[in-house]
Amino acid sequence: MSTQVPEQQAEETEAEQSAQAHEQTPQQKRQDKKRERQEDAAKRLQEEEQRREMDADDTYHLKVFRFDPEVAAKQEPRFDDFYVPFEKGMTVLDALMYARDHYDSSLTFRHSCRQAVCGSDALFVNGSQRLGCQTQLSDLEEPVRIEPLPHQDVVKDLVVDMEHFYEQMHSVQPYFDPEETPEGEQRQSKENHEKIKMSTRCIWCAACMSSCNIAAGDNEYLGPAAINKAYRFAMDEREGENRMQERMEIVEQNHGVWRCQTQFSCTNVCPKDIPLTEHIQELKREAVKRNLKFW
Amino acid sequence: MSTNTTMYEHDVLVVGAGGAGLRAAVAAHEAGADVAMVTKLHPVRSHTGAAEGGINAALREGDSWDLHAYDTMKGSDYLGDAAAIETLAKDAPDEVIQIEHWGMPFSREDDGRVSQRPFGGLSFPRTTYAGAETGHHLLHTLYEQVVKRGITVYDEWYVMNVAVTDEQDPRDRSCHGVVAYDVQTGEIAGFKASGGVILATGGPGQAFDHTTNAVSCTGDGQAMAYRAGVPMEDMEFVQFHPTTLPSTGVLISEGVRGEGGILYNKDGERFMFEHGYANNDGELASRDVVARAELTEVNEGRGIEDEYVHLDMRHLGEERILDRLENILHLARDFEGVNGLEEPMPVKPGQHYEMGGIETDEHGETCISGLYAAGECACVSVHGSNRLGGNALPELIVFGKRAGLHAAGQDLGEPTLTTGRTGDEEIGEVDSPVTLGEAGITAGPATDGGERDRAADGGATLADADAIISRAVDREVERVEYLMNKDTGVQHAEIRAKVQKAMTRWVNVFREEEGLKKALEVIREAREEYADVYVADPSKTFNTDLQMTYETRNVIDVAEAITVGALAREEFRGAHWRKEHQERKDDEWLKHTLLDWNEGSPQLYYKPVDLQGEEKEYEPKERSY
Repeated sequence: MSTQVPEQQAEETEAEQSAQAHEQTPQQKRQDKKRERQEDAAKRLQEEEQRREMDADDTYHLKVFRFDPEVAAKQEPRFDDFYVPFEKGMTVLDALMYARDHYDSSLTFRHSCRQAVCGSDALFVNGSQRLGCQTQLSDLEEPVRIEPLPHQDVVKDLVVDMEHFYEQMHSVQPYFDPEETPEGEQRQSKENHEKIKMSTRCIWCAACMSSCNIAAGDNEYLGPAAINKAYRFAMDEREGENRMQERMEIVEQNHGVWRCQTQFSCTNVCPKDIPLTEHIQELKREAVKRNLKFW
Repeated sequence: MSTNTTMYEHDVLVVGAGGAGLRAAVAAHEAGADVAMVTKLHPVRSHTGAAEGGINAALREGDSWDLHAYDTMKGSDYLGDAAAIETLAKDAPDEVIQIEHWGMPFSREDDGRVSQRPFGGLSFPRTTYAGAETGHHLLHTLYEQVVKRGITVYDEWYVMNVAVTDEQDPRDRSCHGVVAYDVQTGEIAGFKASGGVILATGGPGQAFDHTTNAVSCTGDGQAMAYRAGVPMEDMEFVQFHPTTLPSTGVLISEGVRGEGGILYNKDGERFMFEHGYANNDGELASRDVVARAELTEVNEGRGIEDEYVHLDMRHLGEERILDRLENILHLARDFEGVNGLEEPMPVKPGQHYEMGGIETDEHGETCISGLYAAGECACVSVHGSNRLGGNALPELIVFGKRAGLHAAGQDLGEPTLTTGRTGDEEIGEVDSPVTLGEAGITAGPATDGGERDRAADGGATLADADAIISRAVDREVERVEYLMNKDTGVQHAEIRAKVQKAMTRWVNVFREEEGLKKALEVIREAREEYADVYVADPSKTFNTDLQMTYETRNVIDVAEAITVGALAREEFRGAHWRKEHQERKDDEWLKHTLLDWNEGSPQLYYKPVDLQGEEKEYEPKERSY
């Protein structure tokens, strides 16, 4: 299903009502805190002033995509408004957690580590794929529009079905599989480690896949993340030449590297700054070099 | 069990799919077992991925397993068990080579060998690492091996309870499987394990509100094992990492100090030396020492913004930082808005690691037959009262593997370490201001109620196993119905926040009797409120409200276990500091704390520490750095 629903001016949702009812408490608390700070902070006046400026617009306005196939009121996709009290350093994930814990406990999204390593919370924020935990609210225009990753089926609210993504990842034999294993430590040159380093940073968040036009149109396309995974092993000198050849055959399949049209959208959204497009290009060059038949 | 409930059957079930769980699954699979993993997160989301620093292993000339063991014992402040520590130190080198053979992208030396670096409390630079994201690489490398072997993974299945018999004495009980629900669909199913259930569910950091731990680290395995009758061991020993970012609790690896990073106070003093906290090792003293030093600086008015100190790595130079600590630059930028190449990074202590956990022997088995634990959720005990940096990851792979092999039926010999009550144990007391334990949870009790079923011959037959799992499933089905049908009461977020706040305020780095008692009072309140908890989200689809409600019960149980142990232990040892008791008291306290759920009325007891190594006895010495 598409997440691009027309915005509805629906009657006030329960969430909105309770949002307003609760608004006083955290605000009140924050103002108290502020007062305390002012009292003891002659020497930090300057800093304090900056802080107050940042706090000026007390709350952040979120527009969050809602959908639940089971719940009558949510079967028709809609956007709910949440007003979240802002604190310095607050991320999109912090704001979602605040909204869930204070206004609507049914608000559903994946999250775990809060530090951009578990890859659970890739979302579509103000029109681009980003990790909720890695995105500062203060960098965003209001209202902050938060949607599930496009081009994936929505399970509920911001949760998408990851099955297809995992299948593509698994389809490239994503495991180290050397021709020979020595008795003791296997050596790897610093240069070779450096070569694969960026590719090993992938956290499987699926932001790249979601941003890719080709993947959107061709469900069988391996996609940037899986090709990057293949690159990680193909370029690892420890596996050996024959294994590399087999890996090249995997990425050269019908729905492999040649589908990529070098639009760089995957590279642009990757939260770990992996040069995905370059990796795909390098595999193409390697394939040409090997003079393999391709389609 | 109702007729439409599914029962999945395997030889070995692994609950949780972080480093320990994945390693256990691979080991059990290699030993010929049909293994399945049941995990509330997809494996690559597990919190092992956030570990930064490295893996201690005596790989090089000049180093040896007994030096690693000695450092670990000293670091533990003599509360680690020799048999566990020596197993870790001996097995770690082979295990590191094993994961290297599985493709782990370790950082490399010029000659192509795996790099090692110094870490706090180590007498040799034996921490192997992969940049400042060692855990991420370990997690993915191990998951790749699970994929390679085609091991079944039930991901986003939340394990609600273990299916354990309920004989009077926990040592007579046996574990036959688990009950779990599919987060995506709400289906509740039974999982049968003929060989064993391995809990690898990670730490309970969510008992605190300033923690480096993931939102998922809610102590599920610990609480489930505890309520099923396995004692919690040494829970009062909680590691507070000295370098976490103040606003989020995000971890800044000890690797920064290992590479030469320096801590400064507000006055620009290198306080670790200038104020005499660790005259020899300075910033690389053991974590508990550094965490207390920082908070002392802050408490004495030498902190920055009365909250934190500075960690400076600028002098290391851009090239070295980019080579070895690049990830730290991203973390400081994304989560604190600081450029580590141009300015010092603000840091303060944050909850990081639970030394205690599910009591196991060195094969990972608990006193309940067929129930295992490995990794942070377990207490073998390797870390005693304080874990050294770089010792958590080797524990995952060494003891994960052993648990997997043992559950798959491999003979690992007789364990040295004992589990469960022996009958002559020393009973402990705690001066709690409130009643401890269960506060009346309606519907679907765990093993703490209902009919006792004792097989006449003392052992469970296969038919019994089915009945035991069915009964466990029925209880959870009933419990979920109750929680979903109830439409008023208290919500989990409120209860959880209350416990977290109390723990960070009163059960932190510095602990006082009065504060610990206050924490117990709040935990009691939370328990009473929890008896009135309800789930507002009516949906069966991806109901995180329900999942978090279950988790919150676990958070309460582990928070109480931590606080009870802390109040009872009247000494200062390792990470456990008591205002009223400023010294380590070996005569009285050289012993492990054990807390027995005791059908909902927790009871404390103690057991001696194993200091008898294979070749020598470890003699407690003063721990100075």
